[in-house]
Amino acid sequence: MNNDLILLGHGSGGRLSHQLLEELIIPQLSSVPVAGQNDAALLNIGGIKLAFSTDSYVVDPIFFPGGNIGDLAINGTVNDLAMMGARPLCLSVGFILEEGFSKEELARILASMREAAEAAGVAIVTGDTKVVPKGKGDRIFINTSGIGAVEHNLQIDGASAQVGDKVIVNGCIGDHGIAVLSAREGLEIDSGIQSDSAALNGLVTSLLPLGSALHVLRDPTRGGVATTLKEIALQSGVTVTLDEKSLPINPGVKGVCSILGLDPLYVANEGKLLAFVAPERAEEALAVMRRHPLGEDAAIIGEVTGTSSGKVQMETVVGGVRGVEMLAGEQLPRIC
Amino acid sequence: MNYSDSFRDKELVQGLARRIAELTKGLDKPLVFMEVCGTHTMAIYQFGLRSLLPPQVKLISGPGCPVCVTPNSYLDRAIALCRLPDVVITTFGDMLRVPGSSSSLMEERAKGADIRVVYSPLDAVQIAARNPGKRVVFLGVGFETTAPTIAGSILAAEAQGVTNYFVLASHKTMPQPMAILSADPELQVDGYLCPAHVSAIIGADAYRFLCEEYKVPCVVTGFEPADVLQGVELLVRQALAGESKVEIQYSRVVRWEGNAKAQAMLADVFTPFDAPWRGIGVLPGSGLRIADKYAAFDAELAIPVQVEELKEHKGCLCGEILKGKVSPFDCPLFGGKCTPESPVGACMVSSEGTCAAAYKYGR
Repeated sequence: MNNDLILLGHGSGGRLSHQLLEELIIPQLSSVPVAGQNDAALLNIGGIKLAFSTDSYVVDPIFFPGGNIGDLAINGTVNDLAMMGARPLCLSVGFILEEGFSKEELARILASMREAAEAAGVAIVTGDTKVVPKGKGDRIFINTSGIGAVEHNLQIDGASAQVGDKVIVNGCIGDHGIAVLSAREGLEIDSGIQSDSAALNGLVTSLLPLGSALHVLRDPTRGGVATTLKEIALQSGVTVTLDEKSLPINPGVKGVCSILGLDPLYVANEGKLLAFVAPERAEEALAVMRRHPLGEDAAIIGEVTGTSSGKVQMETVVGGVRGVEMLAGEQLPRIC
Repeated sequence: MNYSDSFRDKELVQGLARRIAELTKGLDKPLVFMEVCGTHTMAIYQFGLRSLLPPQVKLISGPGCPVCVTPNSYLDRAIALCRLPDVVITTFGDMLRVPGSSSSLMEERAKGADIRVVYSPLDAVQIAARNPGKRVVFLGVGFETTAPTIAGSILAAEAQGVTNYFVLASHKTMPQPMAILSADPELQVDGYLCPAHVSAIIGADAYRFLCEEYKVPCVVTGFEPADVLQGVELLVRQALAGESKVEIQYSRVVRWEGNAKAQAMLADVFTPFDAPWRGIGVLPGSGLRIADKYAAFDAELAIPVQVEELKEHKGCLCGEILKGKVSPFDCPLFGGKCTPESPVGACMVSSEGTCAAAYKYGR
């Protein structure tokens, strides 16, 4: 097989993305190995601790139930900062527009970016716009970068999971991926599912008083909950055991997934976080989340059951046990 | 609780597992049952059903994933077609990653071929209608569950006068491969979990000859965990009583005579032929090609193309795995050279392939 080309799967957030980072990008550009990578870089500039992150948005379709590429671009980068426990301060925005793109659609996207930034309490302070010839881009791509202030001394890190930790998610999983998929041309499923796109910095602020009991925060975006948990298990050298029956999943998401042969554990989220919390404070963390508007359906979905080279397993609804691996390639709808 | 959740009830499923354990207690040789359908393979891995069964019951996976049994030669022709400048390939998603002799559709797409994933063959007919300057080819693979929808797309194209829609047909049918497996002296199968939705089309009567000629129990079984374990229990009871008959566990969907309307469509649009199965070989009357009266829609006849010379992948045990003779973990390539990102054999590609299921859920 020809391994010289970039495939769509290299952007899936799953194993191929990791391979690309490990083999090509990180050796050239970074001194931090892939296993040590977090959602944002931590910088110490003259004694001031900052988090710095960047992300590009190429979602198709650009408008989908519950959001559009604009609010996604704000919330996504805000969330990457928030996962370090940082308070997002300001963002940059870069647009790549395709010749012929509608100004009216751009105006709608800008309006939702403004609203999302206001809701997250973050300022857009610099930006750039480029236009490429028709056919050389797909309507609109957005890059946002962000800086956040780290005002705690906690070790919130993908490598900090400890045996006994409870794994908590702040609500139903898979909503964003299914909302986008059902809006895609050719599928046209009226699932009624809305994207969960939301800024999580407020929710994180309410969790910080847990102090050193808060070990890991990460948002399960591309690759879904399964891939994110696998990353954390590998980084921390632990075994995570999920309890399938406690996974909060919207019935509509379950339905679409079973029609298309997808597994909700691998479907993207844009307003969810996974928190690893020491067992003695887990119920308190759950209660804090449930009091927050973005955490009403929060649930404890598993725990760290031992040390290992990074295993994730799940007790299924019927009491069987199976392994959980990273997303491999793209999630493809099944054939029969 | 919704309807399908009732078939995932923990007490019910564990009760069935306990009953199977009691029935088989003390057997010195395990009973070996084969699930023929890829969706069964997935359900068994996804719900961890093997971990609930006693060691006296062994489940092995058979040739029931349509992508996995599609031979290299078919992929090579699809790849040759996609390199023609005016051809658009439309396909179900699973086919993209399947390796042909030297490339895959996913690789060709990265090089610029126009390959589109559709969810229904009728969408492919619409793409053809909207693009009269293109030749739109749908990759028609799958068993009797998908074949009627593809027959329907050919009838729709004919009715709408869409003349630039073609199907590259390589449909497979059940239960011929089960007869080959039953006749294989190396393989001792004590019973079959017969496919659920294929049987909804062909009817449970189709398996009677297996029971009569090969004395092997057959149970048409649904896809939910309680279905699978009840299917296993029925097989255990038949095997212990020395019986071999067809039973329908999935009675909420499957009838003895099947779906007459779908059968009539298949008989109209397709003709049985001796189909090549990856790893198994050519089986008489085990596939469906497009019938002569619809030859204008047959991509193989209507779009002549030079196909590269066939190369089989060395060391790949897909064929033996499809026959249930070895498990994915026995294959030297499994998890090393052959992974879902860079599959060597087709069993690793489709989400319903035995190796992909074992890789994702079984390690």
